[in-house]
Amino acid sequence: MPATTTNRSSTVRYIASRLGQSLIVLWAAYTVSFIVLYALPSDPVALLAGGDATDVTPEQLAELTAQYGLDQPLVVQYLLRLGGVLRGDFGTSIATGRPVSEVIGEAVSPTLQLAGLAFLIAVLAGAGLAVLATYVRGRSLSTFLLGLPPLGVAIPSFWFGLMLIQWFSFQLPLFPAMGDKSVASLVLPSIALALPTGAMIAQLLSKSLATALGEAYIDTARAKGADRRRVHLRHALRNAALPAITMTGLIVGQLLSGTVVTETVFSRPGIGRVTATAVQQQDIPVVQGIVLFAATAFVLANLAVDLVYPLLDPRIQLTAAPRRRRQPSVPAHAEDPVTAAPAPDIDAVLEAAR
Amino acid sequence: MSETTALLPGTAQHAGDGFGATAGDRFQDAVADRASRSAARPTWTSRFRWFARRPAAALALLWLLVVLVAALWPSVIAPGDPLAGVPAENLQGPSAAHWFGTDQIGRDLFTRVVHGTSLTISAASIAVVVGLVVGSVLGLVSGFAGGRTDAVIMRAADVLLAIPGLLLSLAIITALGFGTVNVAIAVGIASVASVSRIMRSEVIKVRTSAYIEAARASGNGWLRVLLRHVLPNSTGPVIVLGVLEFGGAILAVSALSFLGYGAPAPAPEWGALVSGGRDYLRGAWWLTTLPGLTIALTVLAANRLARGLDSEGTGRR
Repeated sequence: MPATTTNRSSTVRYIASRLGQSLIVLWAAYTVSFIVLYALPSDPVALLAGGDATDVTPEQLAELTAQYGLDQPLVVQYLLRLGGVLRGDFGTSIATGRPVSEVIGEAVSPTLQLAGLAFLIAVLAGAGLAVLATYVRGRSLSTFLLGLPPLGVAIPSFWFGLMLIQWFSFQLPLFPAMGDKSVASLVLPSIALALPTGAMIAQLLSKSLATALGEAYIDTARAKGADRRRVHLRHALRNAALPAITMTGLIVGQLLSGTVVTETVFSRPGIGRVTATAVQQQDIPVVQGIVLFAATAFVLANLAVDLVYPLLDPRIQLTAAPRRRRQPSVPAHAEDPVTAAPAPDIDAVLEAAR
Repeated sequence: MSETTALLPGTAQHAGDGFGATAGDRFQDAVADRASRSAARPTWTSRFRWFARRPAAALALLWLLVVLVAALWPSVIAPGDPLAGVPAENLQGPSAAHWFGTDQIGRDLFTRVVHGTSLTISAASIAVVVGLVVGSVLGLVSGFAGGRTDAVIMRAADVLLAIPGLLLSLAIITALGFGTVNVAIAVGIASVASVSRIMRSEVIKVRTSAYIEAARASGNGWLRVLLRHVLPNSTGPVIVLGVLEFGGAILAVSALSFLGYGAPAPAPEWGALVSGGRDYLRGAWWLTTLPGLTIALTVLAANRLARGLDSEGTGRR
């Protein structure tokens, strides 16, 4: 990290501006979800009272509607609910009458375990496959390995989960098919959840690895006598991984929404199951709470990348000037031969900076 | 992603052919530009040769044609009734009589998969059309108008991208209610943000090219230039994107119908078929395996074709 005071204050300003932008994105995500969920015609209270059943009087219906504040004008509802969110009150579940924060809060832990392990598997398997596919010398082997990620992207994850249960729970009784009682019960669901994400990482990374291997600094490293493995892992992979790291937010969002399917297939408790049930019951406050939760996870992941990125890529300086988007600046730098050339010395640059 | 990369080729081209050149030179450049484009237009024989050199893409196209026939005229492939079962023949494995086996009430699974094609394919098509039309219009306006309009539309797209696609679809379904069409609309809207970004970068690329400037210089109004010149030249990548989105839309639609938000029970939607076989996973593997395999192959074929078209498009440019 920068040592001088001027640099430090610019770092603080940079972090503050990123935090501000994150809050704006969250507010906008809240607004979008409000428009989708409350402005479109739907009648959750009638559904709660038993759909088209006739044993509920219009007066009772009106009372329920008033109780959830659904009878007020949209703008008033929007402001009231936004005010509530700012105070930490995310509303009340229409189906169960419990606070939304409680419903989501108790589901977070099993989902974090599942998504965390899936993240690890996706990154390790995806990156491993990409490295292997670009490293092997055999043309047919390489073609075969490069053919796997498109396959992984095309396979429906709910079907893949059921296939895993069939193979590794029923035919070979290795892992439990459902539940969340043991560590073993985490294995199959996290593999199922990791498949589309891992395949995406492998596709992205093998493409950028192939590009990186054609760069001039690779020839330089080879000419200086570095062996093939060192060039591949130390030089090419380090540079090729940078664009993949900017996808972290997307990956987190993908894993989180993937739990809706995975937790249903494997009958596990968690955010995904809560979502599936809430959609089934048109429980609008819970659905909105989950959308906000996912947007927060996305924003936090992006924030973490923003803070870590300059450490990984010393060409990027922490500056208070808000970049409009992160991605464009990276390829622009990477294509610049002058700045791209010293990239293998990331270690040295980082040491000097500390 | 697009901003710098999209602007660079256009600006570079301008710096090259524009500096010190007369309007006449530029106009000739523009004519040559157009001529080279139309000369590269493929004929049927060149198309055939293109596929002959790529057996995988040819197979993908063939599979998609079969799927299309199954969607339009299901009875040609499977003449039976997808809803009528023979209880005496329930839960039979794949055989010559029942290619995909039978389900718990003796319905022929192959017939159900074939007749379910139109539901899943039309839902995916509606999703792609919704995503492409709304996304393209937003991207076209954004890239063409620039300035404040551009900033507002792109910030809105950024916000939509912060909500994972499946969750956005689920929120829309919560509001609209269940059913095949609602699922399709929800999947389509979830793809609007990414489509509008790609369309915008294409529009910027085209807008800064010489023949657009020539069209402006010869006195055409903005609207005419937009509709007659920018739009036709931006459609190629959008069609490729459409094929690619189609694969993703099939996945999303079948995931949502697997979760039970699609057409109600007896309808043989592909995702619902996989879900229906869940309870018989231990004894009747074919009930989940074969419909799922059909989905995977169709998505794979659509993605393969999109990749082939894309590489050809960039190779020609």
